[in-house]
Amino acid sequence: MNREDFPMLNNNLIYFDNGATTLKPKQVIESMNRYYLEHTSNIHRGDYDAALKTNMEYDQVRDIVASFVNCDSREVIYTSGATMSLNLVVFGYMKKHLKKGDVVLLNKGEHASNILPWIRLQEEIGICIQFVPLDEKFELTLDNIKKYVTSETKVISLAHVSNVLGDVRDISSIGNFCKEHNIIFNVDGAQSVPHMKVDFKNSNIDFLSFSGHKMCGPTGVGILVGKYELLKDMDPVFYGGGMNSFFEDDFSYELKDVPIKFEAGTPPIAEVIGLGEAIKYLDKIGMNIINEYEKKLKKYLVSKLKSIPNIILYNENTDSGIIAFNIDGVFAQDSSVYLNHYNICVRSGNHCAKMLKDEINVKNTVRISLYFYNTFDEIDKLVNVLTNSEDIFKIVL
Amino acid sequence: MDSNLRREIILENYQEPLNRGLVEDESYLKVNTNSESCIDNLDFMMKIEDNVIKDIRFDGEACAISTSASSIMIQTLIGKTVKEAKDILNNYKNMIQEKEYDEKLLGELIVYDEISKQPNRINCALLPSVAVEKMLEKLN
Repeated sequence: MNREDFPMLNNNLIYFDNGATTLKPKQVIESMNRYYLEHTSNIHRGDYDAALKTNMEYDQVRDIVASFVNCDSREVIYTSGATMSLNLVVFGYMKKHLKKGDVVLLNKGEHASNILPWIRLQEEIGICIQFVPLDEKFELTLDNIKKYVTSETKVISLAHVSNVLGDVRDISSIGNFCKEHNIIFNVDGAQSVPHMKVDFKNSNIDFLSFSGHKMCGPTGVGILVGKYELLKDMDPVFYGGGMNSFFEDDFSYELKDVPIKFEAGTPPIAEVIGLGEAIKYLDKIGMNIINEYEKKLKKYLVSKLKSIPNIILYNENTDSGIIAFNIDGVFAQDSSVYLNHYNICVRSGNHCAKMLKDEINVKNTVRISLYFYNTFDEIDKLVNVLTNSEDIFKIVL
Repeated sequence: MDSNLRREIILENYQEPLNRGLVEDESYLKVNTNSESCIDNLDFMMKIEDNVIKDIRFDGEACAISTSASSIMIQTLIGKTVKEAKDILNNYKNMIQEKEYDEKLLGELIVYDEISKQPNRINCALLPSVAVEKMLEKLN
């Protein structure tokens, strides 16, 4: 659907790498162009018309985000992307509030940006990371999580949708459980917020991170949503202009209120405006419609892939538009080079989840990640190419 | 080089690479190449005696280009002095990066003379040369 809005699709490109980044609709690009061509100016304290317009557009994105994920506008922090958001949680909040021996529950299917900051914090202050194992279907369930919760468990941190296997975690139940047990619930929404309705308040999430570029927005901008009470007690990681009320030669200083105190320096203004436009664009289609359509695409793709004898599927049952597979006997990168020959864009590798190999016993996979502009016809073309892959090395060598 | 012959040599060295499999021997120099730009992950080990490369072995997971290039590179380098090996490595890198090189030194490695047409494969082809260079650096 909506393919006419995506200039990249004009060249018969089959784009199945949406988990890495999505294509941008012309509405988003035009909104950023308008800023650059018609009202370039910095935010804060500009008294001329262009600056007033920029301020207004920039500020209202906080309301757009808040309404999109159901939180208050003052709970929305602009960041450079989900990676920065997750680092801000770990080094701005957790470093201040956790102590030696406090347990943080992760799992081995997580992206690097939800594991490495924690490992660093473990080195710095002696928190204790524990990995909850995935079940036999490679999924992370509340029942499994419960087995690992003790009185020392202070944080559960997980991706709503994992970026390799695409399993959708039941964040609503996990969030309720965390609330009941006074555990902080940190959610990486990078692979979910672009694809389904995510409800920050009703899922009892404490921190939610996501990136603009994976949801039709520009690169360089992302969001951290945090509960206001927690954000008041969170320290900035960066200090500088825009985020302070005053500083004096006796070294006294005062920071501005949440969320501005986390946004030092000139932010990515065009990108924030572009992200706002992207959210409006997605909202207009409807997140439930997007989600239902992707599920249909995935079901169709899985049924087709299963009919090809030499395709090994790793996650046929997971409930998102992400499919990980290999062609039997072919290294994942060779498969993606082969598909590129037919103008089909996929990603091969470990997809930044370098510990997942311990769970699924395979290091590298080819990943297809779908979005609403993909079609059944594109899937047929992919399946045809994979069905006739006996000459793969003639193509890739 | 005829493209069918080129493909045949690469495929043969990918499907049945020579010197694949590591040995337990402390006298070998060792290195892991976990390339940042691609997903190949190969371990290399090399034995040098009297300034001559006596053996090189490798193992791990990698694509057709990295694996075959490792196999061919190893056959080319065994028996060469350290200086000869450095000459071969320099000429190989020059070929991959479209600079001037001496074809005579490279033997079967010239099957990669057109790899620069596939930019995403350049690092794959360079992987064994990077590994051997890293091991040679350990000599100093």
